[in-house]
Amino acid sequence: MDLAFILIQLLNGLQYGLLLFLVSSGLTLVFGIMGIINLAHGSFYMVGAYLAWSLASMTGNLATAIAIAIPLTVVLGMALEKLLFRQLYTRDHLYQVLLTYGLILVFEELRSIIWGDDVHGVAVPALLNASIPLTENLSYPVYRLAISGVCLLLALALYLLIQKTRLGMMIRAGASNRDMVQSLGIDIKLIYTLVFAMGVALAAFAGMINAPLSSVTPNMGSHVLIICFVVVVIGGIGSVKGAMAASLMIGLAETFGQVLVPDFAGMIVYVLMAVVLVWRPEGLFGRK
Amino acid sequence: MNHGALSRWLPWVVVGLFALFPLLESTFYTQLVTKVLIMAIFAMSLDLLVGYTGLVSFGHAAYFGLAGYALALMGPKYEAASLWWTLPASLGICVVFALVTGLLVLRTRGIYFIMVTLAFAQMLFFIFHDTKLGGGSDGIYIYAKPTMNLGETVLVNLEKLDQFYWLVLAFTAASFFLLRRILGSSFGRTLVGIKVNEHRMRALGFPVFRYQLASFALAGALGGLAGYLAAVQFGFVNPEILSWHQSGMVLMMVILGGMGTLHGAVLGAFAFVLLQEVLSNQAWFGVAAKHWQLAMGILIMLVALYLPQGLAGLMNSFRRKPQVEAEEGADG
Repeated sequence: MDLAFILIQLLNGLQYGLLLFLVSSGLTLVFGIMGIINLAHGSFYMVGAYLAWSLASMTGNLATAIAIAIPLTVVLGMALEKLLFRQLYTRDHLYQVLLTYGLILVFEELRSIIWGDDVHGVAVPALLNASIPLTENLSYPVYRLAISGVCLLLALALYLLIQKTRLGMMIRAGASNRDMVQSLGIDIKLIYTLVFAMGVALAAFAGMINAPLSSVTPNMGSHVLIICFVVVVIGGIGSVKGAMAASLMIGLAETFGQVLVPDFAGMIVYVLMAVVLVWRPEGLFGRK
Repeated sequence: MNHGALSRWLPWVVVGLFALFPLLESTFYTQLVTKVLIMAIFAMSLDLLVGYTGLVSFGHAAYFGLAGYALALMGPKYEAASLWWTLPASLGICVVFALVTGLLVLRTRGIYFIMVTLAFAQMLFFIFHDTKLGGGSDGIYIYAKPTMNLGETVLVNLEKLDQFYWLVLAFTAASFFLLRRILGSSFGRTLVGIKVNEHRMRALGFPVFRYQLASFALAGALGGLAGYLAAVQFGFVNPEILSWHQSGMVLMMVILGGMGTLHGAVLGAFAFVLLQEVLSNQAWFGVAAKHWQLAMGILIMLVALYLPQGLAGLMNSFRRKPQVEAEEGADG
């Protein structure tokens, strides 16, 4: 195994990890701030990918498709929060699991009715359809670098939003004491709606930009969902920093696992999670 | 008849009625109800954890699948294995797995517990899915059903639908009465106490961890019993039987039926499997039957929103209503 090959795997691992971060950051925020377990989060990733595919084949351009799809997913997120999730904030986690399990079934069937059960591919945008040669026969696609860059930018923006802005301060305050925030005259319901919609949009966006790299398939949401739960638990529930660290860890572990021990690649992630939780039951960056 | 006598005799009456079922000689329905009864064992075993011990496991399919695979891998390939040793061995494997993973997962609580149980189940899923051990994603066929012979005589012939049905019914009834017995004992009371207030039980001097581990192992063994019987019924195992969908489904049965009531778990299993059959019935719903999961999903969401006590709670509210009205009448 030579250096160029390792570099390629490293870049792939990081890119996969960053993509996982987009999906899992929403999951961890929604849990950390509203205390909601959302099993349907993977469905938003799937919805994003299918929206990207169908709009791209209509408009002929992935960028236009993404520009149209993002507002749609934000609206979807706000509607879901207002109609369904709002009723479950005070209820036991079990009912949240039940409701969102039902929601997965609904999303999968709606997808089947609207878009069918076929596997689709999305073309890489022409502008980014090139690769950088590393050695004589190995090269790295520009598109992968581009989405890694976009993910990093979004992660940075998320960090600034939460740590440095007034809205971020309200979000953090809402996570630690809902009633206090409300009595200070801040509309906590609106903040919840915004955070939830942001989570939905981030997951859907991850699905959209990843569509050219992996095919758009039914049930693509459930694999991502489970991996993201692992990310959230390893990182510590509610911690965006933890989600970032764990995403990169999982991304690299799974990528290198597939190369080095293909038979056990699927397991590695879960072994990693078990090890972390035995060592730190509250996750890497979780609060006790 | 007062309530105590009702709950004492009703289960026996129900078991008796079910025993008559194969006499109707409908192959399809006998198989369907066999499946329901197996799922009822599975749901009751999870209810022991979720409803009585307060441990929400999202990886209960691990035991269901493990016992099924144990049967498939232990027996000779084309001949029948004996139930006398394959069943205890399969359950033994489940208990060992429960004890080992229990030592780790019981260190966590709440959402972490949900996720770690899921992680262990997923580990098993990938072991069977990605390696050659259990035939990969295709799974393994069980060509001959296990035998139940006593010396030379065939005690129960599992190849015969109605005999297998009665065997499953006997196991379901035995699981129900065993669990009811255990939950009524001081052991069961302690479990419920731990569910309600773990710290207080610890302060009272109960070895909480050991109680939880025992409950975890027992639930694993009964989950394994369901998985073993399911593997016998369907004649094959594949990784799907230990996927997280399976864990989710049995959790739905428990909540749908009403947590913390054994008859609720049984009701939930019935409602779930029968709903599946009805909604996917093409003769009744035509094209819509293809998308039966849409209706299922909506029903599950409605239960989550409006029926938190499940079907068992709904039944109770019908039963209690007249009493409440009578009391109100007395007040007025």
